[in-house]
Amino acid sequence: MANPDSNSLQLSAESLALIDMEIAKYPADQKQSAVMGALRIAQSERGWLKPELIEYVADYLEMPAIAAYEVATFYNMYDTQPAGRHKITLCTNLPCMLLGAGELGNYLKQKLGVEFGETTEDGRFTLKEGECMGACGDAPLCLHNNHVMHSYLTPEKVDELLDKLK
Amino acid sequence: MSLLAPNSQVCSWTQSLDNPASLATYVAHGGYQALRRIVTEQMPGDTIIAELKTSALRGRGGAGFPTGLKWSFMPRAFPGDKYIVCNSDEGEPGTFKDRDILRYNPHQLIEGMAIAGYVLGARVGYNYIHGEIFDCYDIFERALNEAREAGFLGDKLFDTDFCFQLHAHLGYGAYICGEETALLESIEGKKGQPRFKPPFPASFGLYGKPTTINNTETLASVPWIMQHGGQAFLELGKPNNGGPKLFSVSGHVNKPGNYEVPLGTPFSELLAMAGGVRSGHKLKAVIPGGSSAPVLTGEIMMDCTMDFDSIAKAGSMLGSGAVIVMDETVCMVRALERLSYFYFEESCGQCTPCREGTGWMYRVIHRIEHGQGRADDLDLLNSVASRIGGHTICALGDAAAMPVQSFLKHYGHEFEHHIEHKRCMDGTGQ
Repeated sequence: MANPDSNSLQLSAESLALIDMEIAKYPADQKQSAVMGALRIAQSERGWLKPELIEYVADYLEMPAIAAYEVATFYNMYDTQPAGRHKITLCTNLPCMLLGAGELGNYLKQKLGVEFGETTEDGRFTLKEGECMGACGDAPLCLHNNHVMHSYLTPEKVDELLDKLK
Repeated sequence: MSLLAPNSQVCSWTQSLDNPASLATYVAHGGYQALRRIVTEQMPGDTIIAELKTSALRGRGGAGFPTGLKWSFMPRAFPGDKYIVCNSDEGEPGTFKDRDILRYNPHQLIEGMAIAGYVLGARVGYNYIHGEIFDCYDIFERALNEAREAGFLGDKLFDTDFCFQLHAHLGYGAYICGEETALLESIEGKKGQPRFKPPFPASFGLYGKPTTINNTETLASVPWIMQHGGQAFLELGKPNNGGPKLFSVSGHVNKPGNYEVPLGTPFSELLAMAGGVRSGHKLKAVIPGGSSAPVLTGEIMMDCTMDFDSIAKAGSMLGSGAVIVMDETVCMVRALERLSYFYFEESCGQCTPCREGTGWMYRVIHRIEHGQGRADDLDLLNSVASRIGGHTICALGDAAAMPVQSFLKHYGHEFEHHIEHKRCMDGTGQ
């Protein structure tokens, strides 16, 4: 189905090349397998997945838009609401909690003036509570924009990180 | 350290080397020799499966199922597409061992998957990597490219008819995808909701084709076994529990991290390797196999050895070997509250007992923790837990119920204290 806004939603050539590499991983008749990668790449370029962007990705992969929505809303690293320029996802699960993630969460909330799931008024930061990231030996830890992990966090390290992210 | 020398480190030997993840390092220490020999000598698949059975290699992802037996279930002679899939989606609280294989020894996993492809008749494999460890996904993608360029992946390998392609698939934040059929759904580009079994993946797997799914550490152990023989691997562990195993030790220890030790190593030794309980504190409780495994008291654990059978006998599970250590300052109500929230958050929503029950358990534990517990809440919790376990399509339901039942069994007095006094027991909850 043609999307009336598809021109304005056109992803960059770099992103499309990355999506094509994802598609190439799977059998020719299984393009839908690339939807997780394609949504990730689209989100990295645009900051969050607005409905039209999800539909664009679905069109590109020749799959029903509803199936792409299902994926975007099932996996919790996709943002289907506007997010700040820098998304900080703090793991608060048990191993991280044992090493002070609860206190760090309070520190971050106080410092940014937001609760988990909220974005600062200037649009700079979104703070999220995360589930286990599979790196508990480096606890406590957080992710910056899904792809960069910061380990062995302390309040000082949190300060340094936030200062760096403009 | 090397893959050639039969030492006790099967998966973590590259960590003491420069550029541990590089192809050059791996090949210089004997990497890809087993694959080359198997493929060029046209070794029968049955011979390799027999070697795995001798090794007593048991699945490292949590279930401990014998790998040789699992491979024998695959209809290898079945014409048409078949798949080998690696489960690197470790997101169970406490588990972080496969991450170190991906970032420090990716080629041993690639070689193990290629051998699996050869035995199982799969020309294509996928490695499903936990979404939150993007840097490891990057490293693994680079390793795949190195292996392709060097002729260890691709068409007509070693000038034979054997072809094997391998790709990485990145998850994006769903614990349930560690369940093997949810993982297959996820590779197919769908919500990660587990499938009914049967049919099992060996007959109806990825894209409906015969598929074998193994854990990262399991597959990475295969080249070592084919290099040194199943007997040598078995002797590194104990009967029925072959080999060493990576244990991820987290929580209140001085040196959290991964430790590869023989199965059957006393827990006390593993704890000492991890630097012991953090300075000035006493051991209170241990979850020996990832957050889904029943919690045990420190005293029980100090009498256990780290293998599938010993931990099972003590009333818990070795699981993926994720050892969460808690000292005397931990409020067990708060600890369970956090774990219960995890299962509530991660339930895929497909089965009513799990979708609704995990919410009930979290809310009841939450109110106990916050001073609003009721006298009959512990009975209610046990009742809800027993109505989830065994009544769902996949094991997440059991995984959510077991922590609740075991925390109440061993630390019920702390929950009663919370209900009665509306606060933590003295000395805990700091």
